[in-house]
Amino acid sequence: MPRWGMVIDLAKCTACQACVVACQTENNVPCVPPEEAARGRIISWISLLPQLEGEYPRLSMRPTPVPCVHCDNPPCIRVCPVRATALNPEGIVRQIFPRCIGCRYCTNACPYTRRMFNWYKPEFPGEFAEALNPDVSVRPKGVVEKCTLCHHRLQKARDQARAQNRELAEGEYVPACVEICPAGAMHFGDLDDPNSTVATLARGRRAFRLLEELGTNPKVIYLAQGEWSGGDGERAHA
Amino acid sequence: METESEHTHNGNDWKLLQPVIATRGSFYYLAMCFLAFTSVAFFAWLRQLRYGLGVTGLNVPVYWGFYITNFVFFIGISHAGTLISAILRLCHAEWRRSITRAAEVITVLVLFFGVGSVIMDLGRPDRALNVLRSPNFRSPLLWDVCSISVYLTASTIYLLLPLIPDIAILRDHGARPGFLYRLLALGWRSTAKQKRILNTAISVMAVLVIPIAVSVHTVVSWVFAMTVQPMWHSSIFGPYFVVGAIFSGIASLIVAMALIRRIYFLEEYLKPVHFNNLGLLLLVMALLWFYFTFAEYITTFYGSDPSHLVVFYSKLTGRYALPFWIMFVTCFVIPVSILGRRKTRTITGTVVASLSVNVGMWLERFTIVVPTLSQPRLPWAKGNYSPTWVEIGITVGFGATFMFLYMLFTKFFPIVSIWEVQEGRTQAVPEVVTRVRSYLPGETLPSP
Repeated sequence: MPRWGMVIDLAKCTACQACVVACQTENNVPCVPPEEAARGRIISWISLLPQLEGEYPRLSMRPTPVPCVHCDNPPCIRVCPVRATALNPEGIVRQIFPRCIGCRYCTNACPYTRRMFNWYKPEFPGEFAEALNPDVSVRPKGVVEKCTLCHHRLQKARDQARAQNRELAEGEYVPACVEICPAGAMHFGDLDDPNSTVATLARGRRAFRLLEELGTNPKVIYLAQGEWSGGDGERAHA
Repeated sequence: METESEHTHNGNDWKLLQPVIATRGSFYYLAMCFLAFTSVAFFAWLRQLRYGLGVTGLNVPVYWGFYITNFVFFIGISHAGTLISAILRLCHAEWRRSITRAAEVITVLVLFFGVGSVIMDLGRPDRALNVLRSPNFRSPLLWDVCSISVYLTASTIYLLLPLIPDIAILRDHGARPGFLYRLLALGWRSTAKQKRILNTAISVMAVLVIPIAVSVHTVVSWVFAMTVQPMWHSSIFGPYFVVGAIFSGIASLIVAMALIRRIYFLEEYLKPVHFNNLGLLLLVMALLWFYFTFAEYITTFYGSDPSHLVVFYSKLTGRYALPFWIMFVTCFVIPVSILGRRKTRTITGTVVASLSVNVGMWLERFTIVVPTLSQPRLPWAKGNYSPTWVEIGITVGFGATFMFLYMLFTKFFPIVSIWEVQEGRTQAVPEVVTRVRSYLPGETLPSP
């Protein structure tokens, strides 16, 4: 069974935010009006987050796309009182939207703050409403949602492979963010297959994971030059 | 007066029935006042149901705010009753007799507001029963569901058992609604056998509720402590929360007693000695609270984990310094300086200290919940939190509704246990004399 993972090369990332936009449209992520976004109510399954390094005047910014990092040992699924979130056998941390009671315990237990809550009924103004992806359910208000690694794409690709009576090949299933990345900074595949691109890259010396010290064992792996450990900034430069 | 003649042989305790029998006009004014706040809360809740939790001040990453603070606070207050009353009963503290009922009612009523606060916090309260349909026993929130429902059941039984003889007094007195008292008196006729069974049942429940009460607040603390978030992930949280709960519980009890004493003219029953003794208990809890707080913060400071220190400094010198230091003054400086001296440990003194402790303990819960959430480990999701009128309205409304229900209780049942006071007069006095004698040399032990 594959263990899906993502490798993001920060040296290649141009901060174009195409991954963010692709994710919004692919997964029917609601449009949050600017005044609500300013109140911290923005919903985005993958965000381009600036990581500042060094101190003025030797300051540099490393833009970092952060989806749910799909931990192998996720702190969020343990705390859900209704089993609305679980780690599936292929390593995807999924969310059952129709069962979630909206207690937001998982959002608080997630050390990466990558779980989002529907503060209002989702809004899709104008053409957005006509451009909804029929493969992904629109979440109601009051539930938690998060990156599913475009799980619907996996189902589609697997069905296709099964219909043609063959195994799923590498590259047949990729999430929307990886597919769109114009800089080729994002890779996706089976981390357990030693020959896959992601497994090879993940073994490299430039590879690190966010908050590795917590033992959550994320399956989103970053490649970077320099000595940034991916911990919080203060520790890295202490 | 008919009531007086009827109960003269009981030592004039008719005064305790007075609030049940007669209601003054001021009761209705006060009730209306409280219910006005209730309706504000209800209106706020309707708005929240209609538009979603967006109408609150919650955001990313401060997903929990006033509601969860209230949850911890109310569950903490609930330790007023059952725990204190059970401990005093088991210790044969004779001064307990006129205060246990007032304490036990707080427990049962306030638990509903603790649970209610969580319901307010849910994005989908309509799906709340999913905790029964697909429970995840690994979740501390589910442990909460279990322990709080056990606690509510146990403390309700523990409230009702000692009520039975008093309900029978009301029934015999012809208090209305008669069917209610006939039903709840459970055929009580004060026979020796009934008394024996009742006393055994009360003792059993008193022993049972102590571990249950301790478990409840421990589990509440584990909701936070079981995560890996900075300054939540602490093994001290279980006992720290239990101490805080008993602390705020005693404080609420003192305030309730002072109000009952004043409003129902029960100066004979709730005497300065009761306030003095509870005040001493409150003083002990204040010192314990300080010890735990100090231990918690010094450990964080000395360990200097950067992600913990960010939260630490936001409380001591940063954005949350104001609530933090108000908490410190109201939980420690004020109560200890008032209660530490016999001269100021008067009724007024203990009430002032108690009000201060209640403010402080609410702030303590707030400074545990919010600063950690607003400063997660990864630097980009920092946030701020300020509540909207919805949360404030629901919080105030909950407080007012609790007080209304408490008031209502005093109109249906005697808030000072009549039979226990009488028992104290007729049985406990000689019992205590023999007991004290038995401690002294040359005396034989009395059979219990």
